Amino acid sequence: MVTRIDKTFAALKRQGRAGLVTFITAGDPDYDTSLAMLKGLPAAGATVIELGMPFSDPMADGPAIQASSQRALRAGQTMKKTLSMVREFRAEDDTTPIVLMGYYNPIYVYPVDRFIADAVDAGVDGLIVVDVPPEEDEELRPAANAGGLDVIRLATPTTDAKRLPAVLANTSGFVYYVSIAGITGTAAPDIAAVGAHVGRIKAHTDLPIAVGFGVKTEQQVSELAGIAEGVVVGSALVSAIAESLDAGGKATAKTKPHLLGLVERLSAALRHEAEAAAV
Amino acid sequence: MSTVTNTRAQNTYRGGPDENGHFGLFGGRFVAETLMPLILDLEQAYTDAKADPSFQTEMDGHLATYVGRPSPLYFAERLTEHCGGAKIYFKREELNHTGAHKVNNVLGQIMLALRMGKTRIIAETGAGMHGVATATLCAKFGLPCIIYMGSVDVARQKPNVLRMKILGAEIRAVESGSKTLKDAMNEALRDWVANVHDTFYCIGTVAGPHPYPAMVRDFQSVIGRETREQMLAAEGRLPDSLIACIGGGSNAMGLFHPFLDEPGIEIYGVEAAGHGLDSGQHAASIAGGRPGVLHGNRTYLLMDEDGQIEEAHSISAGLDYPGIGPEHAWLNDVGRVEFLSATDDEAVAAFQLCSKLEGIIPALEPAHALARVIDIAAKKPKDHLMVVNVSGRGDKDLDSVASYLDAQTRGAN
Repeated sequence: MVTRIDKTFAALKRQGRAGLVTFITAGDPDYDTSLAMLKGLPAAGATVIELGMPFSDPMADGPAIQASSQRALRAGQTMKKTLSMVREFRAEDDTTPIVLMGYYNPIYVYPVDRFIADAVDAGVDGLIVVDVPPEEDEELRPAANAGGLDVIRLATPTTDAKRLPAVLANTSGFVYYVSIAGITGTAAPDIAAVGAHVGRIKAHTDLPIAVGFGVKTEQQVSELAGIAEGVVVGSALVSAIAESLDAGGKATAKTKPHLLGLVERLSAALRHEAEAAAV
Repeated sequence: MSTVTNTRAQNTYRGGPDENGHFGLFGGRFVAETLMPLILDLEQAYTDAKADPSFQTEMDGHLATYVGRPSPLYFAERLTEHCGGAKIYFKREELNHTGAHKVNNVLGQIMLALRMGKTRIIAETGAGMHGVATATLCAKFGLPCIIYMGSVDVARQKPNVLRMKILGAEIRAVESGSKTLKDAMNEALRDWVANVHDTFYCIGTVAGPHPYPAMVRDFQSVIGRETREQMLAAEGRLPDSLIACIGGGSNAMGLFHPFLDEPGIEIYGVEAAGHGLDSGQHAASIAGGRPGVLHGNRTYLLMDEDGQIEEAHSISAGLDYPGIGPEHAWLNDVGRVEFLSATDDEAVAAFQLCSKLEGIIPALEPAHALARVIDIAAKKPKDHLMVVNVSGRGDKDLDSVASYLDAQTRGAN
């Protein structure tokens, strides 16, 4: 089966450019605004959408995504609502891949088998579960793969040569390279170091590689576009949402255009990079 | 699960965890990839240290001359008379340097950090006792120390905050989430991910990713080993029952583990029931939780229907955690340890009773265990030997108890 993720990266390859992978948290700042933004992301230039499943204790996330998770939970977001958001998106868009990203506990208690069935049914394409490393994913990955979901693993600056083959062994869809040893949205990646690490990963896999954590600016996006097949932006987007809210933390008329405007600028930076490289 | 089967086949409750850190369904290594290589290194370093006799010899020396071990096993004669049943013994962990059992584990971990060449120590703390123990050992060994503590706990445990500062530690008040122990642990994990090369994360209880639950248990098991020898010396036989309070459960695991395979010994863990198990405001993960995954391990957790972690409540900051160590979760499921609970009210009453009858002001944490000792001892024959772990001293809790009693008095008027 050729998946939406495979098709998307194949198309990018034909176009000779990297894709923009955008992260927002489902239900931030409320269900309706979040859904409207989700629906607007592809036209604004998002090639792959990572949709955060909010969790009370996001241990690998920095302050921006922590706050975004809290906003979504306060507004009443649940796993069922997150899946229903994907279903509503999928009714209008059958091509843009959606990868759910988050932590294991809400999946584990759903429980796993039912979660996979419901996610497939809603039109989810892949999962990134931050706190399930290869050592623990036998209880999730085989069932997810059998259902047609890619389980995208993270490789990090601490994933050494000895460990890398085990990390890549059962990953599919793409590889997410975490560009800093740290939490989301904090330090800026060192482009040269990222290039070296991505080169090392490419020696072991033919899968596309998306690079994220700490990527905020148009300049970073265009620099990373020369290195990887996808560039992930998350904290900067949820910060844009936060900036647009009223004093009570509610969505305003500015919220959707503010987010999508930033996505358009980041996407334009990627396309310029590709055009410059082609010349 | 396989571990349950294997462990039972070997006829022992002490064989866990398996090589992947699982105690039956529980435990494991549920951490971000960035941390995986680190906890694998830590596991290797700990395995090497355990096999190195000089590591244990050096630790024994520090335990004797710096911590003040062995801690006494004390016959609580007036409390025994008051209850009118079992002979009650206190394992006096509150007499250790720094005033609690926490130092046993911190000593082991700091020695391991030095062995691994780590130069910066981070820790989380709830009541502050683990933070004080970590700050103390960092002072002794000349290491920089950063303590993450929820801002709610910073406010209610002022004496310990001051102690940590005097000892040279940097306190980082955590403002995220419920601003208590679980959030301090989240923040410590975030620090660790961002400082992997030089930093050692000194976890304070028998929780977290493998190898922490097993390693902390091993360092705390000195409590049970001493109790065994001391009871044999005092009474010529082993105790009939053991009882300890449980937040994460390190003082309990330290007392219980050496006795798990003694078939005749009853073992009780006491969780914090806060305002009552039915109130929704408690910290009793086994009584009121279900299996889930948080902070690197699978265990019983307090959570809502959607898997969002709920805030725990207890008058005791040290028990105010929505989870429990994974080995306790397993011991519950296999039926080896019986888990009970005590409310805030019961703990404060036991705190007062123990202070007046024995001249020992216990911490509010072991006061929860004492609350159940009072009931259980009364129902046992006079030749029943019961050991309760008095895991910490109550100086840090005087303000909490005073304001609790004050509120009660005002409520009654």
